[in-house]
Amino acid sequence: MATPEDNRYAKSHEYVHIEGTVATIGITEYAQKELGDVVFVELPQVGSELEAGDELGSIESVKAVSELFAPVTGTVTEVNEALADNPALVNTDPWGDGWMIRMQVSDPSEVDELMTAEEYDEYIEKESGH
Amino acid sequence: MADEALKKTPLNDVEKELGGKMVDFGGWELPVQFSGILEEHDAVRTNVGLFDVSHMGEVTVKGPQALELLQRSTCNDVAKLADGRAHYNGLLYPTGGFVDDILIYQIAPDDFFVVVNASNTDKDFEWLQQAANGLDVEVKNVSADYAQLAIQGPNAESLLQPLTDVHLPNIKYYRFDRGTVNGAPAIVSRTGYTGEDGFEVYIAPEHAPALMRKLVEAGAKPCGLGARDTLRLEAKMALYGNDIDHTTTPIEADLSWIVKLEKGDFAGRDVLSREKNEGPRRKLVGFEMVDRGIARHGYPIVDGKDEIGVVTSGTHSPTLKKAIGLAYLPLDRSAQGSEFLVLIRGKETRARVVPTPFYKRTK
Repeated sequence: MATPEDNRYAKSHEYVHIEGTVATIGITEYAQKELGDVVFVELPQVGSELEAGDELGSIESVKAVSELFAPVTGTVTEVNEALADNPALVNTDPWGDGWMIRMQVSDPSEVDELMTAEEYDEYIEKESGH
Repeated sequence: MADEALKKTPLNDVEKELGGKMVDFGGWELPVQFSGILEEHDAVRTNVGLFDVSHMGEVTVKGPQALELLQRSTCNDVAKLADGRAHYNGLLYPTGGFVDDILIYQIAPDDFFVVVNASNTDKDFEWLQQAANGLDVEVKNVSADYAQLAIQGPNAESLLQPLTDVHLPNIKYYRFDRGTVNGAPAIVSRTGYTGEDGFEVYIAPEHAPALMRKLVEAGAKPCGLGARDTLRLEAKMALYGNDIDHTTTPIEADLSWIVKLEKGDFAGRDVLSREKNEGPRRKLVGFEMVDRGIARHGYPIVDGKDEIGVVTSGTHSPTLKKAIGLAYLPLDRSAQGSEFLVLIRGKETRARVVPTPFYKRTK
């Protein structure tokens, strides 16, 4: 599946989809494949203030746990409640129904520091060693 | 990570062909999964799955004093075996700690086939060789002569039968026979590491790829290390390096059923005898999480500022659909129903001691 061009990407494999000052954050197709079957997603409370780089939660797959990091600074306005009952959405639809949180970002220009789709594709190609 | 340095089983090429996601497992390049851990786990519980366990080591112990060597070095009673029977056993240090947990197959009264954990093969071989000093017995590391495939699941027998001249219904649990599988000489035992019915087939490496292809064609689902771990944990089968090691005794590990003090002297007997009478300091228990989260290997168990125990294995149980695990707790905290706190990334998270195994097959 092609990496969507209207997102920006962090090295820790989160994506940010920004509309105005609202960022939707999830993990990429590559990340969900690496994790395997996701069984539990721990997300922050609505209202939490996060700085770029802060740990925002964790994802448990059957085989391992990995941490999630906030790619941008801001306040959590919404978390994806559907993941509590159906964490597998992260595997089946990472770009859509498998999103994790929405944030009101404090400085939308921060997003420009993240990778573009093209840069991210190069990055994962290197990381996976192909 | 230099792939060149990793050891490969004879099935490496077939596994890559089948889409195996390869990882470094104790120096071996092995598939962690093919289609996905949950799907593979389910195939073993409801149909049949196939595992490459060729990395396991095999050691033969032969000679007039073969039985004596094994009796002295292990805690289970090897004299209770008979030709064609196998059992689970502990190879022990004089401290009572595990050198390894092993399977012993009796081929003849003076001829035993010992199956050991991959990463312990050299250590076990040297340990047995040393213990054989002065005895009329020959210990040989024959690991390179065998590939091993595990065919596991309720339909394992019907899937394997057309490929072998061994009459499988005659092989009861923990028994074995020799014959041909897919035209090649093999040892077939009704054993496994999944808590499900199934067989393990030992065969020469050059015949393993054709057999694996045949089994997959016949409908066995290729499974990786991920599903092997969730399956064995649901069945509460110990994993060396996680749940048991040189610091833990079989009594602590809740494996008293393999400790046969009455068989005579053996390495570690004094320690085990004392633990059996006075109770061990700590005990391996099964738990499930009360709060959300998964407690994994190495996570500390705390009481206030004190670390009172440790999680040795933990995962999401695909069959029970909840977080389960094994942990060492002080004996007086290990009763079923007791609650305790695991530190999951710094957060105190509640868990409860529950009966094991977590999963037991119905027939």
